[in-house]
Amino acid sequence: MTGFLTGLLRLKRGPWEMLATILIALGVVMLMQPFFLWAYTWSFLVTLVGTVMFIITSHFPE
Amino acid sequence: MANPIDIAARGTPPTLARKVRGLSDRAIAWIFVAPTIFLLLAINIFPLIWTIRLSFTNYAANKPNAEVKWVGLRNYERILTDEDIWSNMTTTAHFLIWTIFFQVLIGFTLAWLINRKFKGNDILTTLIVLPMMLSPAVVGNFWTFLYQPQIGVVNYIVEFFTGIPAASFSMLGPGGLAPWSIVIVDTWMWTPFVMLICLAGLRSIPDYIYEAAEVDRASKWRQFWTITVPMVLPFLMLAVLFRGIENFKMFDMVNLLTGGGPGSETLLTSIDLKREAFEKWRTGYSSAYAIILFVTVFGLASIYVKALNKVKER
Repeated sequence: MTGFLTGLLRLKRGPWEMLATILIALGVVMLMQPFFLWAYTWSFLVTLVGTVMFIITSHFPE
Repeated sequence: MANPIDIAARGTPPTLARKVRGLSDRAIAWIFVAPTIFLLLAINIFPLIWTIRLSFTNYAANKPNAEVKWVGLRNYERILTDEDIWSNMTTTAHFLIWTIFFQVLIGFTLAWLINRKFKGNDILTTLIVLPMMLSPAVVGNFWTFLYQPQIGVVNYIVEFFTGIPAASFSMLGPGGLAPWSIVIVDTWMWTPFVMLICLAGLRSIPDYIYEAAEVDRASKWRQFWTITVPMVLPFLMLAVLFRGIENFKMFDMVNLLTGGGPGSETLLTSIDLKREAFEKWRTGYSSAYAIILFVTVFGLASIYVKALNKVKER
């Protein structure tokens, strides 16, 4: 966990891509789950942030 | 004897040869690449940017002379608070999850069986692959007949095995069977595709790996989990990526089978999107809808390609 946080602070690709991946996956689950309307409402924003983050962070150094 | 290249060079008009000789390698490369880039921009990038722009307006394509108003995020807000669209998303998720699950399970099993050497292997492979060669329109139409409660063979098969009277239920009618009916048809049609990809994966595993495992007295079960599955995994993931993207956009086959009904039981997002765009003519609204679906597929495909690359690196 400390390594992950250090990686985020040092703008390393691995941890940031991991964070973006988690956001995208979370957004898709929120979009397609049948339980909470509020989760559906915020799903697009979460997916969009994750996707943009993924595109940007894939250019970070290893 | 004269070199054929020299002969061809001599045949080039002198003015053209002089012009081409004056260009750098980089310029020549750009000349070759430019048409492709132009087509990509014209066919993919420009419509995407235009759709994003339209998604912030109230534009209606059937009223070209009407005033187009900038509505900001209102289209997105309406879509993301609409319970009907939310329900369509869950219907799409049901379709997506179960079709991929069954296609991977059956496709891999078939590939594993077909990979063994036996008489009639080639003919059997051809027969299994037939459904995916058919047009989705044809498949939609003939499965509609197969699912008919009175004359359809599916109901009689169910009656034969379960004793439930054939005329007492409808696979495409109300009663909760319609979402499963479209899953069955898609699985029937596209399992051969997954099977072919898995077969390519299985045939790429060299025999000497299994021979080495035999020498080490590894059981068949262990060989399967430590050799077959890891080596076929990249192929399997590729199949899931293709089918996931395709099924997220599924329109033609389901539209012909059920038209989204009964009620909205099989109303996938792509069918709903088409209705909004070309029946209700709410172009701005449907553009926002399309952008939401696009971002979702794009995000999923990005993480999936990353996972695929990691598996391939192992």
